[in-house]
This record gives sequence, C-alpha cells and structure tokens, in this order.
Amino acid sequence: MKKELGIGAMFLFLCVVVAWLNPRFLSEANLRNQAHLVGMFGIFSIGLGIIIITGGIDLSVGSAFALQGVLLSMMLVEWKWPWPLAALAAIGCLVFLGVVHGFLITKVRLQPFIVTLCGFMIYRGLARYIANDETKGFGESNFGMLRPMAAGYVFGVPTSFILLIVIAAIMYVVLHRSVYGRYLFAVGRNEEAAKYSGINTGLVIGSAYAVSMLLAGISGIILAFYTNSISPSAHGLAYELYGIAAAVLGGCSLRGGEGSILGIVLGTALIQVLRNLVNLVTIHGHPISSSLELVVIGGVILIGILADELLGRRMAKTRSQPREAVAAVK
Amino acid sequence: MVASAMTSTPILQLQGISKLFPGVVALSNVSLDVGLGEVVALIGENGAGKSTLMKILGGVHQPNEGRILISGEHVSIRSVADAVKMGIGFVHQELNNLDNLEVAANIFLGREPLWGGPLHLIDRRRIVRDSLPHLRRLGLDVNPRTPLKTLPLAQQQLVEIAKALSQNARILVLDEPTSSLTGPETQRLLATVRDLRAQGVSVIYISHRLGEISQVADRVVALRDGRNAGELPRDQITHENMVRLMIGRDLRSFYVAPSGANHSPRFQARNVRTAAWPGRSVSFDAAGGEILGFAGLVGAGRSELAETIFGVRPMLEGQITLDGSPLNIRHAHDAIAAGIFLVPEDRRKTGLVTSMTIRENITLPGLWNYTRAALIDRKAECVEASRQVDAMRIRAPGVETRVMNLSGGNQQKVVLGKWLALNPKILIVDEPTRGIDVGAKAEIYRLLRALADKGVAVIVISSDMEEALGISDRLAVMHEGAIAGILDRSGLTEEKVMNLAFGKTHAA
Repeated sequence: MKKELGIGAMFLFLCVVVAWLNPRFLSEANLRNQAHLVGMFGIFSIGLGIIIITGGIDLSVGSAFALQGVLLSMMLVEWKWPWPLAALAAIGCLVFLGVVHGFLITKVRLQPFIVTLCGFMIYRGLARYIANDETKGFGESNFGMLRPMAAGYVFGVPTSFILLIVIAAIMYVVLHRSVYGRYLFAVGRNEEAAKYSGINTGLVIGSAYAVSMLLAGISGIILAFYTNSISPSAHGLAYELYGIAAAVLGGCSLRGGEGSILGIVLGTALIQVLRNLVNLVTIHGHPISSSLELVVIGGVILIGILADELLGRRMAKTRSQPREAVAAVK
Repeated sequence: MVASAMTSTPILQLQGISKLFPGVVALSNVSLDVGLGEVVALIGENGAGKSTLMKILGGVHQPNEGRILISGEHVSIRSVADAVKMGIGFVHQELNNLDNLEVAANIFLGREPLWGGPLHLIDRRRIVRDSLPHLRRLGLDVNPRTPLKTLPLAQQQLVEIAKALSQNARILVLDEPTSSLTGPETQRLLATVRDLRAQGVSVIYISHRLGEISQVADRVVALRDGRNAGELPRDQITHENMVRLMIGRDLRSFYVAPSGANHSPRFQARNVRTAAWPGRSVSFDAAGGEILGFAGLVGAGRSELAETIFGVRPMLEGQITLDGSPLNIRHAHDAIAAGIFLVPEDRRKTGLVTSMTIRENITLPGLWNYTRAALIDRKAECVEASRQVDAMRIRAPGVETRVMNLSGGNQQKVVLGKWLALNPKILIVDEPTRGIDVGAKAEIYRLLRALADKGVAVIVISSDMEEALGISDRLAVMHEGAIAGILDRSGLTEEKVMNLAFGKTHAA
C-alpha cells in the first residue's frame, strides 16, 4: 500500500502544480480529454502489469494497435461488417496473438522479450502491408453503438474512463482476491515452487498474455476512435513502453511477483499528467517544446523509480534486523 | 582456550565481541580463539549467532564492542576486502562461484593478471599456470581450463577453497561445507581439511553434522543465544556433549522409535523408469504407518525418482498404485489430487515462494479449499495457517511473516505444514533436515513419526547416513538408478548400506 500512497501523492502534487501554472488544466475540455486518455492507456497498462507480475514482458502492444486499427477500419468501412462482429473480431484477433505469444513462451519456452519483440516488428509490418502504407480512417459514421461506446460520454464522463473503472475493479478482484491472481504472483516470483505446489504454471503464464491482449483489444478500439484515422506506421507507436512505465511506476517489479491494480492505474494517471504538463505549461511565456515531452516523462519516471529503490533499500535494511531478532529469540 | 595446547599466540582472537541490532542482542561478549594450524568447530543452533560472528570476521558487520587480534595484533576489519587482505578466506554453504567460467578464471576472479598495457587484457596463460599449484595442493586433478559447471559440486567447492588459498588465506572459514556432499565426498573434504591443518592453515569449521566434527575438529566452540556456551577439547568431543552444549540440556532421543503399529500396504511403484536413468527401472512398496528411507550416493537417482512419482519429471514407463487403484500422474497436480506430496530437496528453490507469507505458502497447493464463490477467503486461510504454525511449532511473529525471514528449520516446517494441511496419504520428504539446527531436526523427526503413526506412508530420502539409519523402518539403498537392496531396521548397519550404495554386494 505504501507504494500506491507514494505514487498517489506524487500524482496529486503534479496536478496541483500544473493547475497552478496553467488554470486551463482544470478546464472541462482538458479534464475530459485527460480522463479519456487515462482510460485508454489504463486498460492496456493493467494487462501489461499482469504480464510483468508473471515475470514477463510484452513489447508488441503498440504494433498490435496498428494492426487492429487497420483491420477495424477495413471491416467497418470497406467490408461494411456489422459493428458488433467487427468489434469482436478486432478484439479476438489480438487475443489470438496473445495466445500465440503465451504458447511460444510457455510451451516452446522462448523468452518473452524475444517473442514479443518479433511481434513488435511483424504486426507493424503487417499493418503497413495490409494498408498499403496508406492512412485508414472511420469518417463521421457512428457504426451503431461502437463510436459512442468507445469515444462517447456518459453524464459528461468519457466512456473509456468508465470502462477503465469497471475493468480495474474486475481485475482488482481477479488479481488480489482470486485463486488465479494468487497463482500469478506465485509463478512470477518462483515458477519452480509454484510447479511443485501443483500449479499449472504454463497455463497461468500463458493465459496472462491472452488476458493482456484482451484488454489491449478494448484499448485499441478506443484508441482507433480517438485518433479516428490509422496511420499504420505511427499508430500506437511505443505505447507498450508507456504501459510498461506505468506498471513499473505503479509498483510492478520486472523481476515478477509484485504489483497492484491500483498502482498501475495511478501510474498511468501520473504519466498522463506529465504529458499534459508538457502541453500546458509555459516557461517565461515560451511553451515547453513538445519534442521535450519524452525527456520530461523519462526523467520523472527515472526519478520516481530511483526514489522508490533508495527508500526500498533503506527499509530493507531496517527490516533485515527483526529477521535476526526472530532467529535470536529462538 | 585452556584446552588446546597452544604454544604460541593464537593466530586469531575474537575478544568480547558484542553486536546489537535495534532491539536485539545478536552477540553478547563472545570470544573465540583459533590457534595456528588448528581446526575449531563452531557449533550452535540456527540463530545462535554463528553467522553474525562470521560476518564480523568477514568485515560484513562491525561489532559494537570487542576487538579482533590477528597474530596478537589488534586489527579492524571494515570490509570484505580487508578480511581477504588479512588472510581470512570464506567458503560459504551456497557456493559463490561463477559456474559459467573456467576453473582458473574463478580462482583469479577480480584480480586477473593483465597484459597488453592499456588494453587490460587477461593473461589467460598465467592464470592457468598459477592456478595449478593451488589445485594440486588440494589434490584436485582437473584441468584449470575446465568449465566449472562440468565439475561435481564437491570439486566446485574445492575450487572455492583453492581460490581462498590463492589469496594467501591463513584462516579458512568453512560454512556447512558438506551439506551437499555425498559420504565419500565428505570424507575426502575432511581429509583435505586435515592436510590444510598440517600445512599450518587454521580452519573454522561450521557444521550441523556432528559426526564430521568429531572426526576433524581439534576443539569445539559452542554458541547459544548469542553467547559462548562452552568448549570441548579434542578428547571430549562426543555427540552427546556437543548436543548438550548447543541446546543446553540433554537430548534424550533424537529419533522417535517406530511404535510398531501394524503397517498396511498403501503405495506401489512398479517398473518406474525415469529420464535420469532410462536404462533402469525401480519397483518398491510403501506401507501406511512406516517410514521408508532412501539412501544412496548423490546422483543415484533418488531425488529424480521422487520427482517422477510426484509428476514434476516425466515418467518414461511404470505403474503407480495407491490404495489399490492405479494412478496416472502426469503433473504435480495429479499427484497432489491423489494425496501424494513431495517436500523437495531445495526448499528455497522449489519448496517455497520465499517472498510470500507463511499463510500464502501453506495454502498455495490447496488454494481452492479456501475459497468462497471462487474468491479467496483470507480468514479461512489464516485459520489453517495458524493451525499449522501451532502444530509445527513454527517460530514466527505471525502467519503474515514472509517466509524469507524465517530460519531454515522454520522454513522446512512451513513446507511440511503446506502438505499436512491437505492430509497426505504418501509424503515424500527429500533431505528433511538439510541445513537445519539440532533442535528443529528433532522436531521434524517427531513430526514425521507422528505422521506415520497416523497411517501415512512416509518416504524419506537422506544423504545423512546417521539420519537415514536413525529414522527408517526400512531403508532402500539406491545405486546408479536402481534399488540395490531394501534393508529392514533389524539388520541395518552403516557398512551394509555403504556396500549397497557403492554397488559392491547383491541385494540383501
């Protein structure tokens, strides 16, 4: 819980700072837009967080977004598929990729980094090839309920944000209260011991990649209607890195076995505020060059993780002493 | 100090060492002298302060009080590098070598001779040449260019000792050096220790295996609860004396004798072939109410057999029958569902998720038993975990303590508790007391016997001869993947077991 408190405090602090430097931060339009983005990023970041908890990684999400976006546009606009079918197919396509990743990682025992790095290249390339390197779009049509569900508002709140809250709540129960969630932590920290406790470690780990892609599939549709046009070479580029950063900032350890849903959501929100800060804040009347955006985000994440690591080491030092105490009391 | 006939100043004197951690006195006024060419065994239960004392000697911790003298001169050891400089060498229980490198590269790790001026290239020819005498000195006849991982554990350990000697270690600390060695390997190591003593090297020998200590030690120093608990000169080093010093009372009977309850056949393994020894097949029966021991040399295939029965290794062929019905075990899950459980050899690697709490570890294999509407019921978990903590007498602040913060004996009890919570029919325990102190050992033997008395078939794999002889109602001895013989308790002698283990005689 301490980590979540820390990151939550940092998030609130940044909100206050940005609002103080530029009151437009609190404008309805900006808040809505930010909530929309937090929702979109948050949903797939939760998936990446779960993979990270199992000790794995997925680098292919951004490329999968491009592939999914291109396919979705073609299904809806060119092939005129009914919207529920197209949406299901778009999500199902990513789940299929996740299943393939899981299979290669757990059955063929390839390293997650390599498998998903190949995915990163293959899906981007496929998206460009299928789209003939041309930008695809959705135009003005609503496609039934699809656009309102992906990019609409309910009582002024972006649907993506509401979806995030619902998904986060479900995933909270799954990760922190269900047997499957406990297994995820166990295989992430010690796969062998989990196997010796009768856990089907391959299924647990492999399914994490599928669950992650399921969430990415939902995020991907939201993203497609957010941009409303899919440029196959740039759509979703490096988004997996934002997701990984959010998960790690929120307390997931790349060694596996650590992390929480609340932390991941707060990490996502923090990164969004940072991106917003770069757009909104001016220094001596000059806006921060948007080319500096990645510098600011990268720098803040580094500082956050450094602080956490240093604090963690100090706490570990004080914690190691009661351990000897237990032994000595014997 | 009086006991050993020292003519000169001891090479090492630790005087009045105290070490305080916040709220705890880890060491209180502890003294330890080591003479030139003397083998001093340091004994004590886990948590008695042996590790803390050795960490102070190794420069990892600084004492709050007390002083350290080397050859009569007051020194301060501020870092590990200081300790090395002063001729103190450590060989730890868990080997700290890099087994991806060659033997010679390990010996010269961190102080490689260089050539090529600014290029800082490693003089490979020289490290090979210079490591040879150190290997010879230990009677280790291996090519220095051999990759370390191709050597058996016992030889890897000798490489560690060679490394310490190559740094001119005059005081060698061996921490549980034989915990992973077979009987003959242990004897060779003890011979090496005697050679080193003859060469004037002083040895501090830490071990839970009292048999070895009586063979090799010139003097025994015992610690208890962070204090000196007494010393034994050479002629008084006996099993009983050492145990009394460590636990402060007599340990009447280490092993609980079988109650003689009637044994009902429960478990049959027929023609089991494992991937480790595909050319051999193994058949044996285990009865409820008995403890069936498995002895043999390391590599004889005992652990592999156990892991195959438990379903974590593939069974090439064979038939497992439990209570009359045949089982098809393909995963650990199948074995667990049938009531066949394994306490594995390496509790930190395969027995426990050490970053998790006692509660989470105990409920892990049967997590579905603690659910309501598919969600984990923490209260039910806590109830079961507390029950096991009480039954096993696990010493911990509470069930939410992370397992990594427990001593070895208590960790082993958590592994046992994890299975006892599920009512075992067959419990296979691989090396039940490795690296565990005397007090906890006795408790684990008592637990295993109590389980057998309840009708469980307990199978114990042990490389500790004394333990194998002491605990088993029947003892199966394995040799190169096959059972060389099964001995009854009445006819059990160390000699018979060793003969079978080495494959010298036919099955008894």
